[in-house]
Amino acid sequence: MQHENVPQRARETVDAIYRSHSRHIFATLIRLLGDFDVAEEALHDAFRAALEQWPRDGVPAKPQAWLVSTGRFKAIDGIRRRARFEPLPDDLAERLAADSGDELDGEGVEDDRLRLIFTCCHPALSPDAQVALTLREVCGLTTEEIARAFLTAAPTLAQRIVRAKAKIRDARIPYQVPSPAELPDRVDSVLRVIYLVYNEGYSASSGGALMRSDLSGEAIRVGRLLIELLPEAEALGLLALMLLQESRRAARSAPNGDLILLDDQDRSLWNMDYITEGSALVERALSSRRFGPYALQAAIAAVHANAPYAAATDWAEITSLYDILLRTDSSPVIELNRAVAVAMRDGPLPGLALIDAILTRGDLADYHLAHSARADLCRRLGRTKEARASYERAYSLARQEPERRFLERRLCELRD
Amino acid sequence: MKYLCLICAETVMEQMTEAAAEQHYEEYAEFTKAIRESGHFLGCNRLQPPDAAITVRVRQGKITTTDGPFVETKEQLGGYYVIEAKDLNEAIQIASRIPGVRIGCVEVRPIAEDERTLRALG
Repeated sequence: MQHENVPQRARETVDAIYRSHSRHIFATLIRLLGDFDVAEEALHDAFRAALEQWPRDGVPAKPQAWLVSTGRFKAIDGIRRRARFEPLPDDLAERLAADSGDELDGEGVEDDRLRLIFTCCHPALSPDAQVALTLREVCGLTTEEIARAFLTAAPTLAQRIVRAKAKIRDARIPYQVPSPAELPDRVDSVLRVIYLVYNEGYSASSGGALMRSDLSGEAIRVGRLLIELLPEAEALGLLALMLLQESRRAARSAPNGDLILLDDQDRSLWNMDYITEGSALVERALSSRRFGPYALQAAIAAVHANAPYAAATDWAEITSLYDILLRTDSSPVIELNRAVAVAMRDGPLPGLALIDAILTRGDLADYHLAHSARADLCRRLGRTKEARASYERAYSLARQEPERRFLERRLCELRD
Repeated sequence: MKYLCLICAETVMEQMTEAAAEQHYEEYAEFTKAIRESGHFLGCNRLQPPDAAITVRVRQGKITTTDGPFVETKEQLGGYYVIEAKDLNEAIQIASRIPGVRIGCVEVRPIAEDERTLRALG
């Protein structure tokens, strides 16, 4: 009996390696073959060869290295065969074959995954293309899955990916980890892509909500991969921020999809594992002293997450974190958030003065959350008429259904 | 996912010189062998030229027929492959290797595999 199980076990090994390592192997094949499409075909052929050979001949001692060298060999063979009909400008196959391809193990291979991330998030590509490529090539999602998650037609998304790969080829975007001088900028661009994917999954609460929450999961997975390969303070900060936001997912909306504000959330629904992990990452990021906006936003989220009930929130701590955040990344939205924190620390009046100053400057005139924050402070001050006017303005600007329902409820309450 | 790759070109095999057709057949043999080996192949056929086509309609119970294909275009449907691919981008990649793509074009269409369709088609 045991003898008969050998082929079955070999097939299971192939499946398991595909699930856990196909992206690593793909990343290495791109380096060895110099082309995304050729590498994708090679990856497919390598796993197919494994499915044929391993059940018969046994699993090789170094399965990953076997898959890489088999994929590389098959690709070179394929290029040679095709050259019979479409002669290539240079002797690509011979060049690839001459390259010994000995770097199948060790550090180079770990770096390949980083190379892949940096190439997919290269600033020469449009943000849309960066997101699509990262999800397909780094995470291994299918074109159709990405299209569904972004509520886009599959042919549109497919073309975006085709064009992005053509751009990488034509612009000769190098497949490498950036030099230390370029690294901070390039890491920023990677973090932006990850956070964009995360928010796409987090902010959605209607229509395909399930699909879209998977995007948050993918973003967290890439975030984890990134800190494993490159434990920069901001990468730690971003992962912490995502985990801390994710910890509230179950508490932030009612079964009918309505939004529940932080103050009103049932904190027993918060995911303590995420909070513990996120808070520890915040500590690590802040102690490195090279932290930036992501780590600071995560630190603020951690203060909220560690308050046992809403009234116990340390608003003084939050306000001072916003002060630091404004110094590193001054933006009207952060100013607005700081104003809300000041209102919680010192009362609605000083908060309202700050919000009015921002709105007077015209910076957030079309931002619904600025108007709803203003409305909330007016409501707390008993200025009902002003509160109504601001909620109405917010309502006219809000796009997402749950937000609009929330504002409607507030307006109703003020009518009574 | 299954995809249909429809091959369209202004010139089909019958209209090529003998040498060009021979080379084209050889390229198709090579491509088809490659996608059989890689496991992407599900099926394929070459079609006779559109002048062999007849279009059938039934209206009020009566059969009517017209000569030729139901759409008249300069490009003629010359054949098709049915392939299995991981996703649309892999299908595009495979379609880009069909020999006809270099003289004509290939339309890639996902094959409907929703439950209703599968039930109806048995």
